[in-house]
Amino acid sequence: MQVADKPAPKPTPESKPFWDGANSGQLWIQKCVRTGRHFFPPRRYSPFTVGGETEWVQASGRATLYSYVISHRPAPGFEDDAPYAIAVVELEEGPRMMTNIVGTEITPEKLVLDMPLHVQFAARGEQQVPVFAPADGSAR
Amino acid sequence: MKPGSVAIVGAAETDAVGTLPGYSQIALHAEAATNALNNAGLGLSDVDGIAGSGASIEVASYLGITPTWIDTTAVGGTSFLLHVRHAAAAIIAGEAKTVLITHGESGRSRVGAPPRVPDPASPSGQYERPYGVSGPPSMFTVPVLRFMRDRGVTHEQLASVAVAQRKWSSQVPRARMRDLITVADVFASPMIAYPFHLLECCLVTDGGGALVVTSADRAADFPTTPVYVLGTGESAEAPIVSQMADFTTSGAFRRSSAAAFAEAGLSHSDIDHLMVYDAFAHLPLYGLEDIGFVGHGEAGAFVEEGNTSPGGRLPMNTNGGGLSYTHTGMYGMFAIQEAVRQLRGEAAAQVEGVRTSFVQGVGGMFMAAGSLILANQRP
Repeated sequence: MQVADKPAPKPTPESKPFWDGANSGQLWIQKCVRTGRHFFPPRRYSPFTVGGETEWVQASGRATLYSYVISHRPAPGFEDDAPYAIAVVELEEGPRMMTNIVGTEITPEKLVLDMPLHVQFAARGEQQVPVFAPADGSAR
Repeated sequence: MKPGSVAIVGAAETDAVGTLPGYSQIALHAEAATNALNNAGLGLSDVDGIAGSGASIEVASYLGITPTWIDTTAVGGTSFLLHVRHAAAAIIAGEAKTVLITHGESGRSRVGAPPRVPDPASPSGQYERPYGVSGPPSMFTVPVLRFMRDRGVTHEQLASVAVAQRKWSSQVPRARMRDLITVADVFASPMIAYPFHLLECCLVTDGGGALVVTSADRAADFPTTPVYVLGTGESAEAPIVSQMADFTTSGAFRRSSAAAFAEAGLSHSDIDHLMVYDAFAHLPLYGLEDIGFVGHGEAGAFVEEGNTSPGGRLPMNTNGGGLSYTHTGMYGMFAIQEAVRQLRGEAAAQVEGVRTSFVQGVGGMFMAAGSLILANQRP
């Protein structure tokens, strides 16, 4: 059986700096110039003020585990990965994002809410996407 | 809206719900609409308003209805609760007289149903699908571990939602799943997305339902027991579950339900019957707390102790819900239908003395919410 590719994101003009950053191994997010608050996903305007000016900043890559499920029914392209963790992490800067957890055993015992994580990158076709590994582990 | 100024005077589902490969999706709309119009004793020319989740022009044309009021609000499975709300406003404003709200979905057989092709440039396509989400079982479920941690909900309590609803569906001949189950049965069913087992996930079926809504002043003209709309609410949150503001509570549930109570001028103790959209077993737990029927951290024990089961003090999801009755994909129509049946005294698992029912819907993955307070007496 032919194995499908994992789905790749298609950048839009407002998200291109995020995805270009990922291809350079960097995590870039946006900040509201007026309030100083970070936000994600990328937008043309800050969601904290009408037409609010934004700036791109490089995130620290540090995050904590907010919530997750362990998927036993793989999506196309993930057949060799199951069971795998579909997680939401909270970046040190505040915003949250969906991701996969890598570099550790995918079990409820190993995946403890609020555990510290650090960003890594994994390929989806030609595009790199942020994934997260335990901060204190021997990340692969 | 003055509570009770609008009424549901026609309500029906398709002849059957379940696996219906002999029906196209539009035919499911049409059969449900025909049954609801027959229920109200109305002809096609009596309908001036049409509502549905996106496909209403097609439905009106297929049926032979010429609408002068249209609402195609498409916010997932709660859309139909919003249609009732919008229809009520339009009827009171004099912009529509008789509104037909339809749902039909070939969710299981996928006959004449549009293909599900996610756009890789959409929020989901960019920020969720690259991580291997495979439909609602791996998206709607993502918040639950944070909710369970925050509220002290146990895995047994999560499973007890499915157990309680099967007690109801065991009395409902049309329900797809009718055999009583235990918490151990839930735990023994296949793991879908930890912590959710198969029996904590909804069914995938074909079916439809429709409603006829009009002014309460006309309600006496119809052969059915009128079901009055006392209060309504709607709200929204993020289009993708990962951006839900707080995984321990649905802001959209809180806002829509508070609006419905305020409009109705009622409090929780006035509610006899509750429907909470249950695509997965955690949703009734969020609903019980976010609507305010129980306090913070109390929902798990409340269900586990049998308070929502037959004989309990707050009968909930009395058709068996999306977990055991039917779930076409956009289940909200079926939650309203069961509330109407209970208020008319026509339900398969009829609760004695139901005068009021609260219906809470959810659309997308915690994306949108709608609330209705319905009653069988005009205040």
